[in-house]
Amino acid sequence: MKTLVIAEHDNLNLAGATRHAVTAAARLGGEVELLVAGECCAPVAGQAARLAGASRVIHVDAPIYRDQLAENLAALVVSLVKARACGNVVCASSAFGKNLTPRVAALLDVAPVSDVTQIFARGRYVRPIYAGNVLVSVESDEPVQVLTVRGTAFDAAGDGAAAPVEEGAAGADVGLSRLVSRAIRRSERPELGAAKIVVSGGRGLGSGENYQQLLAPLADRLGAALGASRAAVDAGYVPNDFQVGQTGKIVAPGLYVAVGISGAIQHLAGMKDSGVIVAINKDPDAPIFQVADYGLVGDLFELVPALTGSV
Amino acid sequence: MKVLVPVKRVVDYNVKVRVRGDKSGVELSGVKMAINPFDEIAVEEAVRLREAQLVAEVVVVSCGTAASQETLRTALAMGADRAILVESDAELQPLAVARLLKAVADREQPGLVICGKQAIDDDANQTGQMLAALMGVGQAACASKLVMSDAAIEVTREVDGGLETLALPLPAVVTADLRLNEPRYATLPNIMKAKKKPLETLAAAALGVDVTPRLRHGRHDEPAPRKAGIKVADVAELVSRLKNEAKLI
Repeated sequence: MKTLVIAEHDNLNLAGATRHAVTAAARLGGEVELLVAGECCAPVAGQAARLAGASRVIHVDAPIYRDQLAENLAALVVSLVKARACGNVVCASSAFGKNLTPRVAALLDVAPVSDVTQIFARGRYVRPIYAGNVLVSVESDEPVQVLTVRGTAFDAAGDGAAAPVEEGAAGADVGLSRLVSRAIRRSERPELGAAKIVVSGGRGLGSGENYQQLLAPLADRLGAALGASRAAVDAGYVPNDFQVGQTGKIVAPGLYVAVGISGAIQHLAGMKDSGVIVAINKDPDAPIFQVADYGLVGDLFELVPALTGSV
Repeated sequence: MKVLVPVKRVVDYNVKVRVRGDKSGVELSGVKMAINPFDEIAVEEAVRLREAQLVAEVVVVSCGTAASQETLRTALAMGADRAILVESDAELQPLAVARLLKAVADREQPGLVICGKQAIDDDANQTGQMLAALMGVGQAACASKLVMSDAAIEVTREVDGGLETLALPLPAVVTADLRLNEPRYATLPNIMKAKKKPLETLAAAALGVDVTPRLRHGRHDEPAPRKAGIKVADVAELVSRLKNEAKLI
């Protein structure tokens, strides 16, 4: 049974998250086709075609797909699933995938499965619930399996021989939404969800200035992405999308450095699958130390610069 | 114009959930329940729209057992005008809930639906988007700001790497993210007043929706706990262990 992977991109570059989705899609068995829908997005179709495991890329180019809004994209995905007899639809469980895939599933009248972390076979999965405190096995007989998959649970697909790119026809504009503006920060740092090292700060930093002064140099030295606890975001130290946790990003880097973070269960839900966790906190009883491989108790204002100076 | 706000009764976010001994699910007996926190934010946003006289009525709806009346009363105490309980003792999965809500929306004809972005029990993040699809209207998931004008809304959404703002004609479905607002506490007089507000009960079956679960939930497990780590004495020891033991830097 064919799987359609919905590629995530900005009309220029394929998102790293899609590489993980392709690996997950391959676990379902059958051919893996990718949909690249956008405007002037031929370069992305080319990148998608080179993904190892991709058997075909369907490239649909039209102004109505430029902004990747769910209403027009969902209608397109549904028509492709029907026309091409796809048995599965897979997307990364990023903001893009979480927005789009339930709409696709409802239009197909099938129950989607979110945040899949294990695929045993088509229709047999594991996903986390209750902020990752419980893992539940899910079985589905739906004729079309619609899944979002956690990038941290599946390796990124590499590049291989180029698969054929087929041009697909655009649908009619459903006219239900319009993009007014988009403010995406461009950063030289690795993407938080895909970084090998994450340096994350909490309320203990005391201010946005302290956050920048202490953590940015350490992140630069380590080549790390920057993250934060909900408390730090709520206090206005950093923008919302820095948040790691149940309602923010789920990360699983090789090394997670938690600075001034107490370790609420909602935060732990977002980072406890990290390879090695380092915690720096002045409170020796902070819950973060219960999950940390290496804990350092003390004044972060002294310890962090010292750490930056010695790595 | 009317705003419809779906609310769900979930395990209180402060509760550390435990898997039942037979692995069949999460232990719910004797556990503190509460309104889903994101739904509380959705109720707050709707009540603020009415207080700003941008909408006329806030209707809250919950799909679940009779116990969900308590959740609806919480929303009424925050300022919602009336409540609908779609009563069912069955396990209601997100697609079934979306289809029940669609049936309620057909009856109520709301100009706007505001949902929480996800329930903190199943963490699915699906119902609002599915309801929008079934209603054939636009969607703005994970909203951090909502501005309403005559027949349209502008919604700022939290997306990976930043924010985006969408314009949607009404009716539309919005799902509330954490920072859309800070919900008020219900005052005692408002809690008393809420007891007298209308609460209608509909049988799920009467809405003509087949709520049979499409997904089967099998074994529930608690993830393997991380093994306890060590406290290091100083930065030098930390760096040495990261280099030589973890071989990460």
